Amino acid sequence: MADELKGWKDLPLGGVVPGGAARELNKTGSWRAERPIWNEEKCIQCFQCWLHCPDDSIVLTAGKMTGIDYDHCKGCGLCAAICPKDALEMVPEREGTCAK
Amino acid sequence: MRKVMTGHKAVAEAMRQIEPDVVAVYPITPQSEIAEYYAQYVHDGIVHSELVPVESEHSAMSACVGAAAAGARVMTATSSQGLALMVEVLYIAAGMRLPIVMALANRSLSAPINIHCDHADAYLARDAGAFQIFCESAQEAYDYTLIAQRIAEHEKVRIPGIVNLDGFTLTHTSQVVEPLEDERAKKFVGPFKALFPLLDVDHPVSWGTFAMPDYYFELKRAQAAAIEEVAGVFLEVQRAYASLTGRRYAGFIEPYRLDDAERAVVVLGSTAGTAKVAVDQLREKGEKVGVLKVWLYRPFPYAEVARALGHVKQVAVLDRAFSFGAMGALYNDVAAALVPSERRPVLSNYIYGLGGRDVTVEQILQAFAEVKTARPTTGLRYLGLRE
Repeated sequence: MADELKGWKDLPLGGVVPGGAARELNKTGSWRAERPIWNEEKCIQCFQCWLHCPDDSIVLTAGKMTGIDYDHCKGCGLCAAICPKDALEMVPEREGTCAK
Repeated sequence: MRKVMTGHKAVAEAMRQIEPDVVAVYPITPQSEIAEYYAQYVHDGIVHSELVPVESEHSAMSACVGAAAAGARVMTATSSQGLALMVEVLYIAAGMRLPIVMALANRSLSAPINIHCDHADAYLARDAGAFQIFCESAQEAYDYTLIAQRIAEHEKVRIPGIVNLDGFTLTHTSQVVEPLEDERAKKFVGPFKALFPLLDVDHPVSWGTFAMPDYYFELKRAQAAAIEEVAGVFLEVQRAYASLTGRRYAGFIEPYRLDDAERAVVVLGSTAGTAKVAVDQLREKGEKVGVLKVWLYRPFPYAEVARALGHVKQVAVLDRAFSFGAMGALYNDVAAALVPSERRPVLSNYIYGLGGRDVTVEQILQAFAEVKTARPTTGLRYLGLRE
C-alpha cells in the first residue's frame, strides 16, 4: 500500500536492514504472482517441498508439514512441481484464498 | 617541517598518519608507488593496517567494501584502467554509503594504451557517487587526503571520496611539502566511528540489500542528499585545516587574479600552476586575465563558479579528456552553473593535454589570445594538437 511506504528521509543509511534477521522484519513475499495452495488430505509428509523451497517458506511444526509462510513465499512453484501427490497447486495471487 | 617529496610520497605519508585498518590495493602505473610505500610501512611495522594484496582493482574495491561494512577504516588507490575495473564496485560502495577514500593518480584510458596524465579516469567515475577533489600540487595531495578522510567519515556524508593528483606531473615530481606532525594529523582526522558494523554481532544487520521499484528511487535520493552534504562539510573541514596549518584554503574553488579579470581559464589539477604563470605574464603586459581552479569537482560548486565568473567577459574551460560526442565534462558543468545567471561570459571549450601531452604556458597564452574574439559556439577547440 502506497501510504505504508516510507519517504527517502526515513530510510536507514545505505539500505542497511537493522535487526540482522531481515526475514522477521521484511515480508519479502509481497511481489508473488502465484501462490501455492496446500491440500492437507493429499499430503503424505514426504518433505520434498520443504527440501526444495529456496525461501524456507514451507512451515514445519513438530516435524510435520503444516502450511506455507506466505510472508516470504515468492511463488516460484518448485514445491508444486516436486510434490509427488499434487498436494500443492499454484493459484494466481488475485484468486488466492489464504489469509494475509 | 618542510621536506622534499613526490606527490606519491605525500599521499603515502597522509595514509601512514591516517593509518586505516585496511588497505586493499592493486598496483598500476602511475599509482604503484603509493601501494609500494604503504606495503613498506606495513612490513616495517610502522603502521598496523591489514594490507590486502588483491588480484585486481575489482577485488581491491570489493575488499574495501567488505572491510568498510565490517566496520573498518579503509583506503585504496588506483589509476586509469584500474579505476575502470573498480567503477562497478565504486557505485556499490557509494550506494552502501561506505566512506572509502582513494587517491587517483590521473592517467588516460586505453586505447591506445598510454600511461600518462589526463582526466579520463576521473571523468569515468564522475557519476559513481563519490566526491572528488582535484589537487594542484604535492602539498595539496597531502592536505586533501587528510581532509577527504574526515569528510568521507562525517556522519552526514558516509560516501567514498577520490583525491585526484595528476599522473607523473604530481605523482613522480619532487616538490616541497610541509606535512603535519603525526600527532596533529591524527588528531585532525580523528577516530573512526563505524556505523552498523557487521562485526558487531550484538547488533546484527543486513548489508547490500535488494530494493524493488517501490524503494530503489527513495534510496538513491537519500544517496544524492549525502553527496549534497559534502559541500557544507567540505567548508567546515577545510576551515579547520586552514586554521590548523595556516594554509590558504577557503572554498570549493580557488580564484587567481580573477577579481577584475575580463578573460579567464577554468582548470582542474596541476594545470592551474601553468595557467597562473601565463596569467602573471599577461598581467605584466596589462592584460586583465585570471584563473579559476576547481578543487571540489563533485559535488560541483555551481553557485560559487557562477559568482566567480559572472563579471568575466570571455572564459575558456579546459578539459583534459574527451567526453566523446559531447562538449567537455567540465565545460558542461561550468555552462550549467552559468545558465541561471543574468551575467554570462562567452564560453569556449578546449580539449588539451591528452595522454600526457605537455601542457605549456604557451598553450594557455594561446587560449587567452583566441578567446578575445570568441563567439558563443558549441564547437570544441584544441591546445597542443597537430592538425
